[in-house]
Amino acid sequence: MIKDAYGHSVKSFQVRVQRQDAPGAAPYWQTFNVEYEPDMNVISVLQKIATMSRTSTGKETTPVAWDCGCLEEVCGSCTMVINGRVRQSCSALVDRLLEDNPREITLQPMSKFPVVRDLVVDRSRMFRNLQRVKAWVPVDGYADMGAGPRQSRGEQETAYPLSECMTCGCCLEACPQFLKVELERKPNESDAEYKQRCGEAYDTEFLGPQAISQAVLFNAHPTGKMMAGDRLDALAGPGGIQVCGNAQNCVAVCPKHIPLTTSIGRAGRAVTIHKIKQIFGGS
Amino acid sequence: MSKRKVVVVGGGLAGLACTMKLCELGIPVDLISLVPVKRSHSVCAQGGINSCNDQTRQLGDSEWLHLDDTVYGGDFLQHQPPVKEMAYWAPKVIELMDRLGVPFNRTEEGYIDRRRFGGTLYKRTAFAGATTGQQLLYALDEQVRRWESAGLVNKYEYWDFLGPVLDGNGACRGAVAQNLATMEIRSFAGDAVVIATGGPGLIYGRSTMSMMCTGSAASRCFQAGAKYGNPEFIQVHPTAIPGADKLRLMSESARGEGGRVWVPRTPQDTRPPKSIPDAERYYFLEERYPKYGNLVPRDIATREIFDICVNEGLSVEKDRLCVYLDLTHISKAELDRKLGGILDIYEKFQGVDPRTNPMKIFPAVHYSMGGLWADYEANGDGGLQAGSPRYQQTSVENLYAIGECDYHYHGANRLGANSLLSCIFSGLFLGPCLQNKLNSQKGTAAEQTALLADAAREHQERHNSLLQRTGGSENPYLIHRELGDVMTKAATVVRRNDQLKAAYEKVSELHDRARSCGLSDTGQWTNQNVMFTKALLDMFPLAKAIVKGALQRDECRGAHYKPDFSMPSLSATDPAGQRAEAEQWCDRFEENNRKWLKSTVCSYDGNHPQITYEDVDTSSVPPRPRLYGLVGADMIEKVWKERLAKSSAQPARV
Repeated sequence: MIKDAYGHSVKSFQVRVQRQDAPGAAPYWQTFNVEYEPDMNVISVLQKIATMSRTSTGKETTPVAWDCGCLEEVCGSCTMVINGRVRQSCSALVDRLLEDNPREITLQPMSKFPVVRDLVVDRSRMFRNLQRVKAWVPVDGYADMGAGPRQSRGEQETAYPLSECMTCGCCLEACPQFLKVELERKPNESDAEYKQRCGEAYDTEFLGPQAISQAVLFNAHPTGKMMAGDRLDALAGPGGIQVCGNAQNCVAVCPKHIPLTTSIGRAGRAVTIHKIKQIFGGS
Repeated sequence: MSKRKVVVVGGGLAGLACTMKLCELGIPVDLISLVPVKRSHSVCAQGGINSCNDQTRQLGDSEWLHLDDTVYGGDFLQHQPPVKEMAYWAPKVIELMDRLGVPFNRTEEGYIDRRRFGGTLYKRTAFAGATTGQQLLYALDEQVRRWESAGLVNKYEYWDFLGPVLDGNGACRGAVAQNLATMEIRSFAGDAVVIATGGPGLIYGRSTMSMMCTGSAASRCFQAGAKYGNPEFIQVHPTAIPGADKLRLMSESARGEGGRVWVPRTPQDTRPPKSIPDAERYYFLEERYPKYGNLVPRDIATREIFDICVNEGLSVEKDRLCVYLDLTHISKAELDRKLGGILDIYEKFQGVDPRTNPMKIFPAVHYSMGGLWADYEANGDGGLQAGSPRYQQTSVENLYAIGECDYHYHGANRLGANSLLSCIFSGLFLGPCLQNKLNSQKGTAAEQTALLADAAREHQERHNSLLQRTGGSENPYLIHRELGDVMTKAATVVRRNDQLKAAYEKVSELHDRARSCGLSDTGQWTNQNVMFTKALLDMFPLAKAIVKGALQRDECRGAHYKPDFSMPSLSATDPAGQRAEAEQWCDRFEENNRKWLKSTVCSYDGNHPQITYEDVDTSSVPPRPRLYGLVGADMIEKVWKERLAKSSAQPARV
């Protein structure tokens, strides 16, 4: 059982949530009182808040909106800022959080993405950036054409950690160079038009470590590297790798411990060589 | 590009495989998903994907034996043509995924490495670390993104499928869906609609499934008239980590790589597990099933763990049921290489390192073998007719179902590492079938503007009336918890008719109460409260089908275990007595198969599921008794083989 500073067992604790009713609306704080149980995580806290729908002063309110999926830290859905630190809420164990501060847990949405509502943010930019760097293997087709290229254990062991990236966005939240892009929806604008306009706005902004690392992953694949030049062009373009300020925050917050700075280093060298070759008339 | 369009609902392995194949054929796809497709529940699959391969072939393995293991493991309840086709496609499916860049673990020479999974004696399972499902899903997600860039796929992520659009002839012409952010409801014209929405784990409250696995999409098709097959066959995974919000899976690969399941012989022994000597440990799976050891099929492992804790009182802990799953005899380096991901999950959520301490685990609801009833067309060879528009079509024209939400492939019990295969296989195989279907149609769904608009309006009205219900006395989240408790108690590992009867009444009562749920949020923007309440209401038709299917099926088959109808071990010790008992045993087995070797097929009358039964196609592998661990198994097998030989010598006898 968790004890407070006076050695008393914690029976309940406060959860302060930064809420926002809609995109562009002003954020506000609400506090909830949650009964302590062993083995809780932030997800079970939010489930309890939804069930109560009542603040700590007894005022009725709407359930806090949040994103979650697998609850095993492999889907990347439930990223939020917990006690000031970006992380997955499923693996944020209440006992650990209360060890830091037995009285209160604070929950905020990520600040680098537009808020949809409360803790739900729009991370479609991350998927758009995967299109920008053509993060796929350009196979001819899906007919039966035999096995893929043989690869050594070493190659697999280098590729696998990069391939574990679950597009959660922690690295981007922590990156000083990755800045929020939020477009207001115009009256009568269709979904497709709005999506298109957002996509174009994203395409000249910084890619960030997530997409750079995916470009490195596919440029190392025996078939993927057949379009390495396209990916390097994207990395060399506006919002490309030159924007990285080498703060190295990304690698520190990645929940999957992906060697993001190593990827950025590899990408930087490859872009330089690619550029020099282009200057001298190579591919 | 084709004029006709397919709507795919669900972006897990099955939905993405189908989408990518359709795009290759030039057919545009609207892809609707509750979550960004890259976050689908397929990411949770850990262990691997099965196929016969060059290593196993040298030991006598073949595609035929993969088929045999699958139908034997599934207690012969699955139609065999789709299973046979899947087993023969399996090596090609893995080669394709390899080409798409899945980082499968490698042998020293650079070939795909394999491990052994439950229910087979061969190392058939290819794997990518301990996140095989995630890696396979990402490879398909990447291909679909490629087609999205090329303009063939429109993704509608954070959209909830509300129901199929049916025309006057009862044929499906599209789907209605709702945007979870803006709450907009609209129709999508679809010349075919493919449901690939996974399993209904949330009906059980907590399970190993992700939070979007409510089963609501399948239920909405069921309520719209599509039939539902084998609902009562719910797989309970033997090894999960109990948690407050979810029961997290501990993959079968932990046993595949040599993990041993045990309990201390002294009940609730207080010594640390590592200090309990071998002689005082009860490796109950190894003792009871010497041939398969820790790798018995899932239903058997689950029941044995349940039995050890509940009936024998040997649970490791006093207040909580659990057994040890021990990997500590394997080197850390090997564990990290082969199982790193899942061991990290245990450590992360339990705060204990499984490399140095045995894990504590207990069974949890994991997979639904049953699902929407779907058709197929057999070829003359015991497999499937390629390109048949009947393949995976539900009882509703133009409405298809693939992946966990259909009822094929796994029968009464699924073998580990067969689900990823069945999802990808059915998605790929369906592509050309849909092409033929679309080519045979007259007119297009997009022309049905009035029909599509009406369907959207109907759902809008339902949504509006739900929002107006503020004064309701019931809390949807509490009703959901109650539903989960009832279902977990009555319809999981051990089933008894009195409990199932009571559970059906309780579920019906909860269904009525859920209809008067009040909403704490009546807003028109990202209202998760109303979307959850809708999903909850749609859990009841499937919950009722599960319970009723289980109640009516008076036998034991695969995951469906009713001790009142179990087949006993032989008690005689002399050969003649054993022989006589084995003859009786086989008579009873044949009698039971005549009655129960049938798929359950449900239709919904608006309040209750109505059940009929359908014969099972066992044209390739004749049914035989599943005898894992039974005393006298050798004699029963002998008698059964003699009977089989006799009956195949007399083809007239059916």
